[in-house]
Amino acid sequence: MQPCYDFIIIGCGITGSSIALELSKYQTKILILESSNDVSMGTTKANSGIIHGGYDPKPGTLMAKLNIEGSKLTKELAPILNFHYNQVGSLVVGSTEEDHQKINELFENGIASKISGLRLLKTKKEVHSFEPNLNPDFDYALFAPSAAVVAPWEECLAFAQTAVGNGAKITLNARVTNIERRDDKYLVTANKKTYLGTNVINCAGTYADIVYKLALGEKADKSFEIIPCKGEYYLLDKNQGDLVKHIIFQTPSKLGKGVLVAPTIHHNLIVGPNADYEVSSRNDTSTVQKNIKYVAQAAVRSVPQINYRENIRNFSGIRATLKDFDDFLIEESPYLKNFYNFAGIKSPGLSCGPAFGKELIRLMGNKFTYNLNKKFKYYPLPKYFKELTEKEKIAIIKKDNRFGRIVCRCESITEGEIVRAMHSIIPGRTIDGIKRRTNAGMGRCQGGFCGPKVFELIKKEFNLKAEKVLSDRNGSYVVVSRTKGEK
Amino acid sequence: MKELICISCPRGCHLKVDEKTLSVTGNSCPRGKIYGISEVTNPVRTITSTVKISGGMLSRVSVKTDKPIAKTKIFAVMKLLNQVQLTAPVNIGDLVLENILDTDVNIVVTKKVEAKYE
Amino acid sequence: MCEHDLVIIGGGPAGLSAAYSAFQNGVKDILIIERDSHLGGILNQCIHNGFGLHKFREELTGPEYAQRYIDLIHQTNVHIKSDTMVLDLSKDKTIHCISASEGYQHIRAKAIILAMGCRERTRGAISIPGSRCSGIFTAGAAQKYCNIDGYLVGKKIVILGSGDIGLIMARRMVLEGAKVVADIEICPYSNGLNRNVVQCLNDYDIPLYLSHTVTDIISDKNNGRVKKIVISEVDENKKPISGTEQEIECDTLLLSVGLIPENELSQNAGIEIDPRTKGPIVYDNLETSVAGIFACGNVLQVHDLVDYVSLEAERAGENAAKYLTEGEIHSSLIKVENRSDVSYTIPQYIRKTNMEEGMIQISFRVRRPMKNKRIVIEGHGKEIASFPRIILAPAEMENIKIEKNKLKDVSIIGISIKEMQK
Repeated sequence: MQPCYDFIIIGCGITGSSIALELSKYQTKILILESSNDVSMGTTKANSGIIHGGYDPKPGTLMAKLNIEGSKLTKELAPILNFHYNQVGSLVVGSTEEDHQKINELFENGIASKISGLRLLKTKKEVHSFEPNLNPDFDYALFAPSAAVVAPWEECLAFAQTAVGNGAKITLNARVTNIERRDDKYLVTANKKTYLGTNVINCAGTYADIVYKLALGEKADKSFEIIPCKGEYYLLDKNQGDLVKHIIFQTPSKLGKGVLVAPTIHHNLIVGPNADYEVSSRNDTSTVQKNIKYVAQAAVRSVPQINYRENIRNFSGIRATLKDFDDFLIEESPYLKNFYNFAGIKSPGLSCGPAFGKELIRLMGNKFTYNLNKKFKYYPLPKYFKELTEKEKIAIIKKDNRFGRIVCRCESITEGEIVRAMHSIIPGRTIDGIKRRTNAGMGRCQGGFCGPKVFELIKKEFNLKAEKVLSDRNGSYVVVSRTKGEK
Repeated sequence: MKELICISCPRGCHLKVDEKTLSVTGNSCPRGKIYGISEVTNPVRTITSTVKISGGMLSRVSVKTDKPIAKTKIFAVMKLLNQVQLTAPVNIGDLVLENILDTDVNIVVTKKVEAKYE
Repeated sequence: MCEHDLVIIGGGPAGLSAAYSAFQNGVKDILIIERDSHLGGILNQCIHNGFGLHKFREELTGPEYAQRYIDLIHQTNVHIKSDTMVLDLSKDKTIHCISASEGYQHIRAKAIILAMGCRERTRGAISIPGSRCSGIFTAGAAQKYCNIDGYLVGKKIVILGSGDIGLIMARRMVLEGAKVVADIEICPYSNGLNRNVVQCLNDYDIPLYLSHTVTDIISDKNNGRVKKIVISEVDENKKPISGTEQEIECDTLLLSVGLIPENELSQNAGIEIDPRTKGPIVYDNLETSVAGIFACGNVLQVHDLVDYVSLEAERAGENAAKYLTEGEIHSSLIKVENRSDVSYTIPQYIRKTNMEEGMIQISFRVRRPMKNKRIVIEGHGKEIASFPRIILAPAEMENIKIEKNKLKDVSIIGISIKEMQK
């Protein structure tokens, strides 16, 4: 008899992992199917990392409601799960009459959505007392104290590993290729295996319409359409990280939220994205010259001193937008009972994070008959070695002297942490998987120094042939072979 | 007439060498003349590479030809080097291969590798 | 907490030479802290020839050059902590470091020599657009994979940058069985030594695309590895010219696009950094803005020849020894300015002490290649000294010496490049 899961969650980005976390608080059998070889591999690992204040979406929309709820929950969960979180606050800045009007509108929005702490800064002096390095022309701003920055892949991992720690199963490299009804259950096929589930939760990001169409079968034309949109970024050296204290938004226009300038959770500076523009590919995250140039030029309008020679990385993220629909599409499919879509999770998706699980339970109403899991516990991420007190550092090295060997020089990450990440609840098995879990390779040299060392550790720990050690996604080999024709 | 850049010193004089008469022009010193003639008659290079080594802290040790060797033999030398397997400890100057390809050129170790004690 | 008279951070060529020099100048209690398990620094992976022509009048490979100094150090009582990473350095000369064998340590020093070397400029620093695929390495990382760990990083390689590191890696990859399809250089000339262009590119028929740069990187959709790169010609401002794009198929891109002195520790210690060199501001005795902390080698200014690193480090060692016996120097200063066509000078300041005897050495680089010029030291509107040069190039550091007594009456001097006098 094939086991039947209560929930099959398709996609383990911030949406899927948040839902899994919430569901794992109950006595539920959960299966997460993730198409990539790690969690957070889609939009979740390539965005601004911002928990928004919540005043931007129209009041009454799901975006507004879940942003506010999610932002509070994120703040509560950060110390419990030990993912990095910094409530830096945000400013929407402007200088023209049009800007003033728009900022006032956002303020009104925020008030209507009952967001506390919002404040208008109405003089140049006030604006610059908050942010001395801003363009001197800015004379008006909306201050939202609740805005924060996180490392989204970290938050996603923390949620996913807690779910798994509490009994949820996760299968990686499991791209869903078929969904059919089997009596009143769903039979989901992924990577040549089939799984039976009562409820299917579609959190497949930029592929959500493709997954839905699989389930709809002949009714595929009833599906929503995902339009992938790309946004490009600069990530600058920590010596630029002090340029601003808050997240700085340019006044939104028809093109979107405008280019932001923000400190990251790691004290770098992040700049971007350009106005999300439609792309044809759902996973081509290459950056384009004219777009990154646009980002660079647009950002200095906010903070003139940004020094792009201190850039350490450009990246781009693709997010799922919906055709002709400017809210999240969170619904039980009108055509498929117990099939739930979480579609079009673009900004402020990350900010809503933990609220998605609560929304699913609300949506299920009295169909949600599961009891609380009294044995539920949180599985926090381990602290970075560099964040320990000196006493704790000395103690941990005594326990395992690999914590005394620095592998990543730029970020002071130890071998102990790297090996630990290879054995965590959802282990890191690739160079970038280790990077996301430990921070190794995120520094100014971008893995130039630690890359060969992390490579060797992965090879040894997983007993892999050299050409099988991966940079990130499947197939992304690092080296071709040993030299000298050695096997 | 062959045009070359002399590599004997940073000046990089532009040489013109007549392949038939072996006359060299454009050199600023005698070493340039020697280089020019050698380049058109029997160009030679020093080869530096690595070979496999076991029993040490590293799996590769660097080596070199102790004299420049005919340029035409470079890849043949690399093939030979691929087959070498040394055992630590090795010292700088240790002979790896003697008189390779009948050229009177030897391969010697250029890095000290100590034996690893378990 | 343990204490040493002199602690040297870095056991590469700079640290080794500084340590030996300090020892020869009477310092009895020296510690070298080295993060790798062996001394030698970057020389350990520079298995090619070309080192030591000035210092030892022999042509040596990197590891051989390093061993000369390692052997010298072993004849001294210089103490070595290897596999040890310095995490923090403070102005009061307390060093926090860490190793697997000794755990977390505090070390106090009476004097410190910074010899941490440099790191490589990355793709992000020059914002190459395109895919984030695997198969993109800095040349030095590829060199480590190849020469130390024994891995071939790719089979069909394009190299960006024709400085010596890029050229050397081109040859190395070919010798290990890869095909090097092209070397792309943004300047209209190669920044490497001519001998390397000949021996690394010409010998293997590797085309050198001058005045070109990489403007896109395209990945293989099946495995996320580099599949092609796009290069474009650039104009005199090094900006890509639209319409000149060419695709080159490859599976690997090596970046040899510059070195940056590694001064994270120096900055945290409040040592003033010169934005022109990205290294510490130093006086003529190579002392930084913090008394008793000296700098030498690539951490101070990026060098082309290790022989000059050793010479510079000798001076640092000697001066650190002097500091330990004679203490802090207080004097008025001469500011050294980089003028026309000179991009920086080391030192940035000269102390006016004992101006009757001795020489001052000034190192600098020019901004562009030039022929038949004079290096001129001028002060207060007058030419103080002039040094003719047939060839000047940004890739070749210049060193000039001037008698101190010629600088007695000035408070500012400028180094500039002028025309040859008739």
